[in-house]
Formats: sequence, structure tokens, C-alpha cells
Amino acid sequence: MSKDAKSCGSCGTCGCGGKGLTTLKEGAWSQNPLAIQVLGICSALAVTSKLENSLVMGAALIFVCVGSNFFVSILRNNIPHRIRMIVEVAIIATFVILFDQILKAFYWDMSKQLGPYVALIITNCIVMGRAEAFALQNPPMLSIIDGFANGLGYAGILAAIAIFRELTGFGTIMGYEILAKDWYTPNQIMSSAPGAFFTLGIVIAIFNAIKGPDAMEGK
Amino acid sequence: MPDTSAIVILFAAILTNNILLANFLGMCSFIACSNQINTAVGLGTAVTFVLTMTAMINYGVYYLVLEPLHLEHLQFIVFIAVIAAFVQFVEMFVERFSPKLYFALGIFLPLITVNCAILGASLFMIIRKYNFAQSVGYGFGAGLGWMLAIILMAGLQQKMRYSNVPQPFKGVAIAMIVTCVLAMAFMGFA
Repeated sequence: MSKDAKSCGSCGTCGCGGKGLTTLKEGAWSQNPLAIQVLGICSALAVTSKLENSLVMGAALIFVCVGSNFFVSILRNNIPHRIRMIVEVAIIATFVILFDQILKAFYWDMSKQLGPYVALIITNCIVMGRAEAFALQNPPMLSIIDGFANGLGYAGILAAIAIFRELTGFGTIMGYEILAKDWYTPNQIMSSAPGAFFTLGIVIAIFNAIKGPDAMEGK
Repeated sequence: MPDTSAIVILFAAILTNNILLANFLGMCSFIACSNQINTAVGLGTAVTFVLTMTAMINYGVYYLVLEPLHLEHLQFIVFIAVIAAFVQFVEMFVERFSPKLYFALGIFLPLITVNCAILGASLFMIIRKYNFAQSVGYGFGAGLGWMLAIILMAGLQQKMRYSNVPQPFKGVAIAMIVTCVLAMAFMGFA
């Protein structure tokens, strides 16, 4: 199992030497997991057809990332190196189950709409990557910040994609009509699969353009 | 879908309901490993095999163990454990009995545990309430569909090396745009 992180390419490789604020800034902006490192895009594509869904998903990722980073960090000196992957997966899965149960209990409709994508946070490279690359080497408080920052970076991009897709695909934002139906015909493509790929491609390109060619190796 | 035949589900999973292009699962390895057709074929085969088998095993585990014991809320952690264990087992088995196959597929096997298409297919199978035959058809079809998509993508990526892509779009961004076009083409099957 220990080969996983390396063969995944980007998951185990990012320089996070900073503390506190630097950590926050790196996770949320300069090392943005979604736009710069291109991790965890599966769910990013799937839940962004409506803003509401993507906000819930962003919250889920922040919750899981903070929780799992915290616990992996507490246990980091006690986890045998050989089985650390499975321990990490178990911790992450616990938090995902917790969030899924909360969602099922209080927001049944939302849970139905998100379907399996909440569960798929378990295999989301962001959470795994942060646990592996950051929480295993850093104290608990810093790991919480890092988890929060990365979750925030993910949620931010998700919201941006979702606003664009919901506006063009349905003419609404959060279910409220923005572009009136009598002059704007909702673009079916944007609300279905190809629109998701297209929008994410544009977002990544914009990030690349802002950051210049140095940020290009993160793929 | 209680009475759709397994064959219909198989073809639907390959074309109209492609796990990658319509459900966005398995994107990470799709982006990382779609540079060469050979790699794409190897990874695709491994994914198809593991997907079919884990769909069967997870079906058994869910309906024979978890449901009677009312432990459905543990399905995520049980499924991921089954997948990880199965992949390890296959790796050891292949290494022992067919070294040639091991060299062809071996490097892809560890990658598969973290491929969300595998877990996703198992979860879809439960959510859509497939019976056993349908689950096997779905697992196999989803695997083939994923393989088809990654092979097509690898072919396109090889061609794209000679095209002049604007600087900010190089790498992942253009891959996304190409996938968008591919997804649009697959929408035509629906």
C-alpha cells in the first residue's frame, strides 16, 4: 500500500513548510488543491450543477479534512509506518460516515441529490493527500488549520464553478431566478456533464494564467 | 430499475451512462495516466477486472451480511476495505502465478484502490437497487466504459502533442476541454 502516494503523482508531494497563516494561505490559494494541484476533481465535477449542492459538499470536505487531519496528527507517532494508509482511510471513512448520517438525518433531500458523492470523499485525493503529506509530520493545531485551508480552497472553487454553471444551465442561483426564462433559454449543456469539464478546464486555465508558468508542474 | 435486463444495463453503463463521462468517477487516474495508449489499455483492463469482481463481492457483503445485521451505515468503510483487500489479494495472486501478467498490470493495481470509479460503482449498485445479475452487468459495463474513455483520451492526447495549445491551457486544462468534447459526443448515445 505504501506505493500509493508516490504513484498517484501529486498526492504526496507539496512543500508545506510554513506555519499558521502561511499554511492557511497555501491551502486556500497558492497551492489550491483543485485548481493548482488538480486533486479531487471527481466530486468537484459532479456536484457543481447547483450552488446549494456544492456548498454542502464544500462543508462536507472541510469537516472531513479538519477531522481527519486532527486525528491523524494526534496519532502520528503511534501509527506504524507500514499500515499508515489503511489507518488513514479508516479515520477518513469514519468522518465521512458521520457527515453522511448527519445529512441523512437533517437534510434528506440533499442527501438524495448528492447520492454516492458524499461517500466518495473517502477516495478523494485531497483528504488522503493532506493526511499523508501534512498531518503525518505536523502538530495537531497546525494540521487543523491546514485541513481547514484546503477544504476552504476546495469549497471556494466549487462555489465559483457552481455559480457559473447554475446561472448558465438553469438561469438561477440557489434556486432563485436570475435570468428570466422569457429571454434566456437555459443551456442544457452547462447543467450536464460536458459543461462541468468545460468550466473546470477554464478555471484551471485562469489559475495558470494568473500564476504564470511556474505553477504548471502541479498536475 | 427492477426488471431491466443485465445486458441492457451493461450497454447503458458503457455508452449512455459512462461512469467517467457522465458520473465523473475515476478522474484522477484518467488525467494522470492517459498519455500513452499502452498504459491506458493496461490500466483499463485492471480497472474492469477489479470493478466487476468487487461489485460481486460487495453485493454479497451488503445483502448477506450488512443488511440482515442492520449495519447499512457502515457500507462505506466496509466497501473500501473489501476493495483494498481484494486489490492486495489480486496483486499477490498474480505475482505468484503469472509473473508476465504481473509486469503488465502490476504497477496499476495499487493505483486502483484509490480510484473512485471502483467505490462509486459499488455505491451506485446499492442506490439503484440492482439485483445480482444486474450488478455484475453494471460493474462489467462500467469498467468497459471507463476503459473506452481512457483509451480514446490517450489517443487524443498523443495527437495533441503536435498541436499548438495556448500557454495557460497546457496540461490539465486542455485535457478537461477535450474531455468536455468527448462527453458531448457520448451524450449523443443517450
